[in-house]
Amino acid sequence: MMTPAESRVWDPAELLPRDRLALLQLERLRGSVARAGITPFYDAALSRAGVAPADIRTLDDLQRLPITTKDDLRAHYPLGMLAVPRSEIARIHGSSGTTGKPTFVAYSHADMQVWSGLCARFLVAGGLRPDHLVHVAFGYGLFTGGFGLHQGIERVGAGIVPVAGGNTPRQVTLLADLRPDVLVCTPSYALHIAEVARATGGDPRALWLSYGHFGGEPWTEEMRVEIERELGIQAFNNYGLSEVIGPGVSGECLARSGMHVAEDHFLVECLDPWTLEPVPDGDVGELVFTSLTKEAMPVLRYRTRDLASLDRSPCPCGRTGVRMSRVVGRSDDMFIVRGVNVFPSQIEEALLRVEGAAPHYVIEIARPGTLDEAVVRVEIRPRDFSDEMRQMVALRDRIDHEIHSITGIRMTIELVAPNALGRSEGKARRVIDHRRAGGAAG
Amino acid sequence: MKLTQLSLFLENRPGALRLPCQVLGQAGIDILSLSLADTQQFGILRLIVKDVERARKVLEEAGCVVKATDVLAVEVPDRAGGLADMLGAFEGSGLALEYIYPLVAGHRGKTAVLLLRVEEPEKAAALLAGRTVRVLSREEAFEAVGA
Ligand SMILES: [Zn+2]
Repeated sequence: MMTPAESRVWDPAELLPRDRLALLQLERLRGSVARAGITPFYDAALSRAGVAPADIRTLDDLQRLPITTKDDLRAHYPLGMLAVPRSEIARIHGSSGTTGKPTFVAYSHADMQVWSGLCARFLVAGGLRPDHLVHVAFGYGLFTGGFGLHQGIERVGAGIVPVAGGNTPRQVTLLADLRPDVLVCTPSYALHIAEVARATGGDPRALWLSYGHFGGEPWTEEMRVEIERELGIQAFNNYGLSEVIGPGVSGECLARSGMHVAEDHFLVECLDPWTLEPVPDGDVGELVFTSLTKEAMPVLRYRTRDLASLDRSPCPCGRTGVRMSRVVGRSDDMFIVRGVNVFPSQIEEALLRVEGAAPHYVIEIARPGTLDEAVVRVEIRPRDFSDEMRQMVALRDRIDHEIHSITGIRMTIELVAPNALGRSEGKARRVIDHRRAGGAAG
Repeated sequence: MKLTQLSLFLENRPGALRLPCQVLGQAGIDILSLSLADTQQFGILRLIVKDVERARKVLEEAGCVVKATDVLAVEVPDRAGGLADMLGAFEGSGLALEYIYPLVAGHRGKTAVLLLRVEEPEKAAALLAGRTVRVLSREEAFEAVGA
């Protein structure tokens, strides 16, 4: 049911020429620094850095501003970063604390308007029209995904089926009976829906869906191909995090070669996670965002821990916002072996290329002598186990070859039994670094 | 004519070999012969047991990765050149001999029984006909090992 989506632009600001955008950004940055300075945290941080709003003369002065981390937000739990009176709060969302306390973010009424408009931008960029019906299978609640997309769809004027998460067989029934045109959920849930549809005797490709917007978790190009094949739709990527605003920070256009950052509302930097120096365009670094218009909870140079690259080349769609790549990993998971940066996602990519290797692995890094040694333990699939040694050695060699060609590093490959590495419901622990004090990371 | 061999994937860690042996022992299943192939990073254990289905079941229940393959049991006269004669039968046939290990060997003056893993057991058996070696039936093979 693939129908060519029409190309439209929700907000003329998406097309602002770069020079005019820069002027707008500079003006807004000064205002944002002033607003942030209302909070005791930024007041102290700005005076430590020796920067006042009036010192912001060019956009390069951004680098003089203090960095904000997730730990800073935790330290000011629950609403210590609030820059408006409590009475002006229109909404509170939060992110679940996978490690300890959750963090909360607050929105003013103006923030809510900005946020829904930003979601409308990427929804329209992907082809949403007022006459469409959208099935939203994101969780509603403190998580920004459900309400964020919901409000964006409302802004565009399209219809909504707010199914939220869970009860997949029922989701499949609703998709078949209510005939929505668009699916909104996490990419892994989209595949799960297709799986359940098939298992109950249906053909997910026969649904009326023509495209979907997926986000809320990192995913790969391979997953996009799979979703498009399984559901017979076009799949669009969008990005956001609650600390910055939620979904709508960036999203794909029809070109689908990177997500346009809403640069009139956020400044984006791509920094080396260790030195915090900017990396060249096209290189992977950690994304750092500064809010330009947020009232209730402005953030200056917020470290996302998300690794991606930036592309400033012009996009055929005409939008001028810089494009960010998919998130390829988390900077907490990145490790250095013999001087080379390695991301777990590279190992995943290598394993996906090798038939017979399961995407379950653990990397152990040690320095027995003067050189780092990395051992990758990879689970085999039962059906690919052979009693012939040369087949198993060939499998190991293929994994070795792919990992080497992607990372540029030789690692020792150990094959392990299926399920030997265990599964965790939450974030899997992929990297064990014996070189660090305490012997563990990730 | 063919025996079913069970192959197990072994990780390179202490106790990896002991687990399947223990599981079979507890189930009262005798290991009639075994061969171990290993690299530094992992190994493959090949086992001959009489009750293949039950052995496979208990091993898989214990979490082992098990694969069943057919091997040929061949009786070879225990004299100089016995093995060479058998191997000569495959020469130039294009038939790949993956590996070989003994089921029964070492009884002076008697015959040895070897297990052959080949791509095509039927073709191998045909090639061996008329040689000094003899392909054993399943029952004969078990009898030779006293099981
Ligand atoms: Zn574009």
